[in-house]
Amino acid sequence: MSPAVTTSSEATEHAATGDVSSATASAAASAAAVAEASGPQTVTMAKALHTAMADAMEADSSVLVFGEDVGRLGGVFRITDGLMATFGEQRCFDTPLAESGIVGMAVGMAMNGMRPVIEMQFDAFAYPAFEQIVSHVAKMHNRTKGAVKLPMVIRVPYAGGIGGVEHHCDSSESYYAHTAGLKVFTPATVADGYRMLREAIDSDDPVMFMEPKKLYWSKDQVDLGALRAEHATNAATGSSSEGRAAVARPGTDATLIAYGPSVPTALAAAAAAAEEGRSLEVIDVRSIVPFDDETVCASVRKTGRAVVIAEAHGFASVSSEIVARVQERCFHYLAAPIRRVTGFDVPYPAPKLEHYYLPSVDRILDAVDDLQWEN
Amino acid sequence: MTISADHEAQGLADARPDNTEASDQASEVRRKFGISVEDYMLPARHQIQMVDPSGVLKPEAEQGTEPGHEYPIPGDSELMAAYEQLVVGRRVNDQNSALVRQGRMAVYPSSHGQEACQVAAALCLSEGDWLFPTYRDAVAVMSRGVDPVETMTIFRGDWHGGYDPTKHKVGIQCTPLTTQLLHAVGVAHAAKLRGEDTVVLAMCGDGATSEGDFHEALNFAAVFHLPVIFFVQNNKYAISVPLSQQSVAPSLAHKAVGYGMAGERVDGNDLVALLAVLDRAVKLAREGSGPLLIEAHTYRMQAHTNADDATRYREDSEVAEWTAKDPISRMTSYLTGRGLLNDDGSSRIAEKAEAVASQLREGLGEDVPVDPQNLFRYVFSTPTPQLKEQSALLADELAREASSQKEAGK
Repeated sequence: MSPAVTTSSEATEHAATGDVSSATASAAASAAAVAEASGPQTVTMAKALHTAMADAMEADSSVLVFGEDVGRLGGVFRITDGLMATFGEQRCFDTPLAESGIVGMAVGMAMNGMRPVIEMQFDAFAYPAFEQIVSHVAKMHNRTKGAVKLPMVIRVPYAGGIGGVEHHCDSSESYYAHTAGLKVFTPATVADGYRMLREAIDSDDPVMFMEPKKLYWSKDQVDLGALRAEHATNAATGSSSEGRAAVARPGTDATLIAYGPSVPTALAAAAAAAEEGRSLEVIDVRSIVPFDDETVCASVRKTGRAVVIAEAHGFASVSSEIVARVQERCFHYLAAPIRRVTGFDVPYPAPKLEHYYLPSVDRILDAVDDLQWEN
Repeated sequence: MTISADHEAQGLADARPDNTEASDQASEVRRKFGISVEDYMLPARHQIQMVDPSGVLKPEAEQGTEPGHEYPIPGDSELMAAYEQLVVGRRVNDQNSALVRQGRMAVYPSSHGQEACQVAAALCLSEGDWLFPTYRDAVAVMSRGVDPVETMTIFRGDWHGGYDPTKHKVGIQCTPLTTQLLHAVGVAHAAKLRGEDTVVLAMCGDGATSEGDFHEALNFAAVFHLPVIFFVQNNKYAISVPLSQQSVAPSLAHKAVGYGMAGERVDGNDLVALLAVLDRAVKLAREGSGPLLIEAHTYRMQAHTNADDATRYREDSEVAEWTAKDPISRMTSYLTGRGLLNDDGSSRIAEKAEAVASQLREGLGEDVPVDPQNLFRYVFSTPTPQLKEQSALLADELAREASSQKEAGK
């Protein structure tokens, strides 16, 4: 199926329901984007996420996007910019300001044939929806023995490093990872922004899609056309990278295990270590639930040393789970205890203090230095 | 036609002058009902009651109706079908309470005394419509055609639910208060986007109106102009806490106007009035009038559940007062008086109720074998590697346990 073909036919349909002139203009722009994307270009994570949603909406009329300010404004981070104009206000719209309402309504829509992709404006703004997420989104499939599937994606811009004020920088992934029945994805690269959001929208299970907000404007040379083709091939063959970790940088001496916002920091640490003659492998976890034990443990068995890096508080967290899993599976391969570099167990600090809190290259290198190299 | 603001009718790029919108709404209401928009949204001065507690049809002028709040009496066949369900519902409530006492059901929140609400909530809907019940609405669920044993599975203790909500268009019997109202809003919204004329009825109790999701659901339904009927069974208590400690609004139905929807109060033990009010609500919602809030005045005759002791928070005299307002004896007198019900009819209905009761005794009495592997089977569409690992671990443990028991038995 060619995305360009669906673009023009869908655009005609949307033009009939929405604002005609802007729908047509945007659809044309969107079609042009499809045509021009034939080779690597400079693309931001924001653009990759946006494109994933636009492509999913083009491919499937049951995909809807809604939330706070996602319509006319295009979201406070502009990730949904233009979707309302392109697809009409039936398919991308603003809701009243109520997160439980957004998630609860999405549950009902998913029960009745839709695939909602909803946005929680910031990590901490999602807490009013916690009951809906934990008591229904996560449990509906299980309690109905699979009779009710909830193919919905809850996008959560999360974590810090942007100088944000209180309630705008929480790393809330552990709450969701701890809840049985939720998949939890977090991309760290521009290409994964596209790839993983498409997979999340395709998933018949609900996905908490954690977007590292400090990486929204990160750039990479990415071929969106190739990513589209990859998605189409995967859909046709039933294969995908869902649930798989990636080796972000190969190495031999120790493994840095990171996800989301911490992956670039881990890569920077590995680059710095290389200058000192130490070869560090960096694993990008990508999918927290399900967790790719295989890839992570293969790396640790190879290197014999590991440091887990995460922005969230370390206590009772995803990072503690990773340490436990690796220790259970790789104990006899380890030359040193696994170390962690995480946020401290304090409320996320004010902007002028956040650099003390966040895992940094220096803290990572210090942890690596402590991995009993003398043995 | 549009009663409240319909965002679709307005161009996306249009500015939204609130006063114009309000006046459109007002003129539409005036055209359709001949009353002001405030009079449309505010409940009538008194609750709608058609048959008095002794079973006598009240004179029309005393039924609580007002201009724009008019309710025709439902037809005879509808009344008889509902009466049959009413009798079955009471028998089911009493049978289940007995099964709890015998230890065959873990718990049963009985709707004894509220059966008229249960039956009317189910019967006012058409085939493609959806019902969103709570944990106390098992009789409503059954009245929508769900198998009695499947309905009660949630209380039997072997799984958290027993029927397929999408097959029956009946939501789960929801425990977290008012969370299901938002699911109702979503189902209605999806249907509306596809151009279907589905109506959704969502149930909750008086105490639940204090929950945040009650507010969010009503507001979302009103803003998106969705055909959802919010049906509040005001049974006077939230476990032990009386309504006076939940709300000091003039009535729960008055909350409707704050959301820009219509509200109404009805005698929740008068099946005739309930059917009249809910039938009209369904009709208005289907015609595109947006959501409605219906408050039914009823009484929870028994404790919250078998684990509760109602004597700690209410007087016997209050319960006695409501015994006299029982929905079944009232309906029996009314239908008998009208010549619609005779001894033959009564015994036929009693037999049917008995058959359902025996179905429940059988279905809930049997020891259903549980499959421990079901723990892992349904968490996701496809179990994760971690769940497969845990499933194998449990299977291995159980196999070893079984073989060591076998050894010991030798």
